[in-house]
Amino acid sequence: MTDIFGIPLQAFLGQLALGLVNGSFYAVLSLGLAVIFGLLNLINFAHGAIYMLGAFLAWMGLTWLGVNYWWSLLLVPLVTAGAGMILERSLLRRLYGLDPLYGLLLTFGLALIIEGLFRQMFGVSGQPYPVPDALRGATNLGFMLLPTYRLWVVAASLVVCASTWFVIERTSLGALLRAATENPKLVQAFGVNVPLMIMLTFGFGVGLAGFAGVLAAPATQVSPLMGSHLIITVFAVVVIGGMGSILGSVLTGLGLGLVEGLAKVFYAPASSTVVFVIMALVLIVRPAGLFGRDK
Amino acid sequence: MKNRMPIVLLVLAVLGCLAPLAGLYPVFLMKGLCFALFACAFNLLIGYTGLLSFGHAAFFGTAGYVAGHFVKVWGWSPELGIILGAATSAGLGWLIGGLAIRRQGIYFAMITLALSQMLYFVCLQVPVTGAEDGMQGIPRGHLFGFIDLSSDLTLYYVVLAIFLAGYGLLQRVVNSPFGQVLKAIRENESRVLSLGYDVDRHKLLAFVLSAGLAGVAGATKTIVLGFETLTDVSWEMSGEVVLMTLVGGMGTLLGPVVGAFVIVSLQNYLADKVGAWVQVIIGSAFVLCVLALRKGIVGTIAARLQPKAINA
Amino acid sequence: MKQANKMKLSLVAGLLLSGISGFAAAADKDAGGISDGAVKIGVLTDMSGLYADLGGRGSVEAAKMAVEDFGGKVLGKPIEVLSADHQNKADIGANIAREWYDRQGVDMITDAMNSAVALATAKLTAEKKRILIANGAGSTKLTNEECTPYTVHYAYDTYAMAKGTAGTVAKQGGKSWYFLTADYAFGQSLQADAAKAVKAAGGEVLGEVKHPLNAADFSSFILQAQASKAKVVGLADAGGDIVNAIKAANEFGLTKDQTLAGLLVMITDVNSLGLPTAQGLLLTEGWYWDLNDETRKFGKRFFEKMKKMPTMVQAGVYSATTTYLKAIQAAGTDNADAVMAEMKKTKINDMFAKNGHVRQDGRMVHDMYLMQVKKPAESKYPWDYYNVKATIPGDEAYQPMSESRCAFAKKS
Repeated sequence: MTDIFGIPLQAFLGQLALGLVNGSFYAVLSLGLAVIFGLLNLINFAHGAIYMLGAFLAWMGLTWLGVNYWWSLLLVPLVTAGAGMILERSLLRRLYGLDPLYGLLLTFGLALIIEGLFRQMFGVSGQPYPVPDALRGATNLGFMLLPTYRLWVVAASLVVCASTWFVIERTSLGALLRAATENPKLVQAFGVNVPLMIMLTFGFGVGLAGFAGVLAAPATQVSPLMGSHLIITVFAVVVIGGMGSILGSVLTGLGLGLVEGLAKVFYAPASSTVVFVIMALVLIVRPAGLFGRDK
Repeated sequence: MKNRMPIVLLVLAVLGCLAPLAGLYPVFLMKGLCFALFACAFNLLIGYTGLLSFGHAAFFGTAGYVAGHFVKVWGWSPELGIILGAATSAGLGWLIGGLAIRRQGIYFAMITLALSQMLYFVCLQVPVTGAEDGMQGIPRGHLFGFIDLSSDLTLYYVVLAIFLAGYGLLQRVVNSPFGQVLKAIRENESRVLSLGYDVDRHKLLAFVLSAGLAGVAGATKTIVLGFETLTDVSWEMSGEVVLMTLVGGMGTLLGPVVGAFVIVSLQNYLADKVGAWVQVIIGSAFVLCVLALRKGIVGTIAARLQPKAINA
Repeated sequence: MKQANKMKLSLVAGLLLSGISGFAAAADKDAGGISDGAVKIGVLTDMSGLYADLGGRGSVEAAKMAVEDFGGKVLGKPIEVLSADHQNKADIGANIAREWYDRQGVDMITDAMNSAVALATAKLTAEKKRILIANGAGSTKLTNEECTPYTVHYAYDTYAMAKGTAGTVAKQGGKSWYFLTADYAFGQSLQADAAKAVKAAGGEVLGEVKHPLNAADFSSFILQAQASKAKVVGLADAGGDIVNAIKAANEFGLTKDQTLAGLLVMITDVNSLGLPTAQGLLLTEGWYWDLNDETRKFGKRFFEKMKKMPTMVQAGVYSATTTYLKAIQAAGTDNADAVMAEMKKTKINDMFAKNGHVRQDGRMVHDMYLMQVKKPAESKYPWDYYNVKATIPGDEAYQPMSESRCAFAKKS
């Protein structure tokens, strides 16, 4: 058997595949952050809380209403997006024109509230969510047996990321969005309803977080803490990638998932810090981020 | 404006001296003072330089661990422990600040958050901190080797002196030419740059100063309570200091002091009353402050009293 | 200007006063048979965080039940139960404890969920000469490096949990082990205690993988454990980590050929995982509601109030409170030294422990149980989770006095 740095090739590839699974979550989450940041110039600190909310909505739907996984995958993003749009209308809108830091602080407060409410309702031990029947079992990739559900996670998130990229970079709606990012006043003058666009964009970004939550529900325990554990790492991913491009944030998310996967093989204790170390290095070499444009 | 500053300091000193005599609980007051100094140090960045550090717990906690370790294991006297703790935090501030000032605004906040999270993992893994069990049983010892600090009241006056020194220092810094440049950076960074000032150097210096003072606060708190735990390096603590400053009033000297006491009393007061709702209440406080009370308690009152003045 | 200063002065003064008025309530405390006319028990616990399900409001209820069953009075004086949420912060916990001791005249604190809080409170308790009966915290430091004559460590500790599982499983044939360990002091000491027990029983440790705390994904570690081909995979972690590890182990089919052994699994973890995922898992408990008629009786009473079966920690709080009150009765005073002496010489026999005793170092030694989580089909009613695989005598389960690192207990 071939070895790579003393690790059997099979194990090496297996860990890479798992890294890609985690990277998919990073990619979807950082994509949502990037979309929101692009138009609103706002970092949504509540992104992790909404990811958690998505997982819990799926769980509640299944347990209380009998809504199955596939419907959840469709409905939960819509529900979270709706909640996000209400949030934007009622609260965030009041902060436009102020220092963007206030938006960060507001969403931080919202994250605490959402997480606190769920702790109050469900405790922190978490709830189990079964893997949907169609995705049970494992698929043989030649070098490892990967649970089919993990494979599905990678496929689903790649499709979502690719479609988002396509809509923003290749359609006229996307062109309008990009224009509004550059110069909202001018676009408004052309008769486009920019506030509506902002609302929809925020809803979309938040919906992506809800989608990631549903994807994660069968793979991990659905717990009120699942968002806050993840969000800081995702922030580091965003800093590394830079917010300049949609493609950039997706690629960085996947890439860092791979790097983390490798860290787990070679020196597992470092896997929690490796993303931050890379962030520090990128800041020294390329402060704007790998794909970023200086603002 | 300037000549009013010593009066505020004097009032704080008198109030501080009288507080325990009024039947207030010394250990509670000491904890409040430590957090007040921590919030003041943080305010130098957010309020006077326009930099939101979302990882200030790193400095608060690290200094606590360093001071605790040297006092407990090496038998250092508390003042040396505090000085070493603060120096370590300042050094750490130089490293983290040096990286973070490479980006602005929201990125700055995210970078400080991420780096402090990394430090949290380091503190969790190195054996000296005792991880989840915390570093326990740190003696209060003797100040300068001969003043016994085991009495709460004696220690209280020492902590009060430390707080007043820190507060006075910040007051001076804010009103110095250096402080004026910081405020100018907050208002319009590129303008300051075009005037020929080295913006990055000023930012970094402010960051190091803030980190060092946060370290003084953290190390003092460790001496007061006799233990140090992971809570003090966690992102929740970073969030708490932001809230303290926000509640009290960013960019006012007195605001963080008021905010710190409000939050610390709130936490103590709520401990046996609301259970799991604490987090929701703290979160709501954030939302309320951002939406309706952006100037904070002190800022709002100051603006009411003297509409013409810009800064208290 | 002047006016402004006056306003500020009154503002600061007002805030200081209002913020701390809670502490201003003066309390008078004098020595005597029962000091200040009442016995006060403080339940210091986590009501919102990681350990809320294990202790939390259930612990408060358990203490109240114990007081009620005791008749509400001891030596003719009323018994009061106070409770507070330390939010898993040692400084908040210690502040509450300090205020309880100094201003409220609390005589005994129990539960003390979270090791950092328990250790900080232990120190303070000794300083103030009161009593701490720790139930929720697992750290063995409570009866070793940081031991005090005023601490009792009641329901369990990490040593007994790790040794109980590892030693017994190895004796019953699970000889080859691989460890999945949380990478910090806690996980490492769990692993070390377990590995020692495995080797003592003639087993071997094939390897280990360390994972960071609160790891988002365990699949990678599970793959490494699978590759080891060890018969038993020991999980040296707790809480959310152990739950996610078990989940991933199931998903990757590890449980088909290997057995999972949790070194610190609580019934709440099993409850939140659900039997389909947790089945077959081996673990140690200090108490289980479905052991015998006595435990079932308590369990059902508790369930009526809390809508959950009691955990070992909550049952421990009940038992500890009763033991403490009995000791006061026997000693004829609530003086901490006299009560401690009484507790250390009396055997504990109740629904929680049979022939339990408090050792010199403060360790309450009682039998532990090796459990295996039932298959979903075997479970007949709600909370019917375990098959008892073995009873581990207390003296075998807990760290022997010969290994103790407790300074004062070794001298005496």
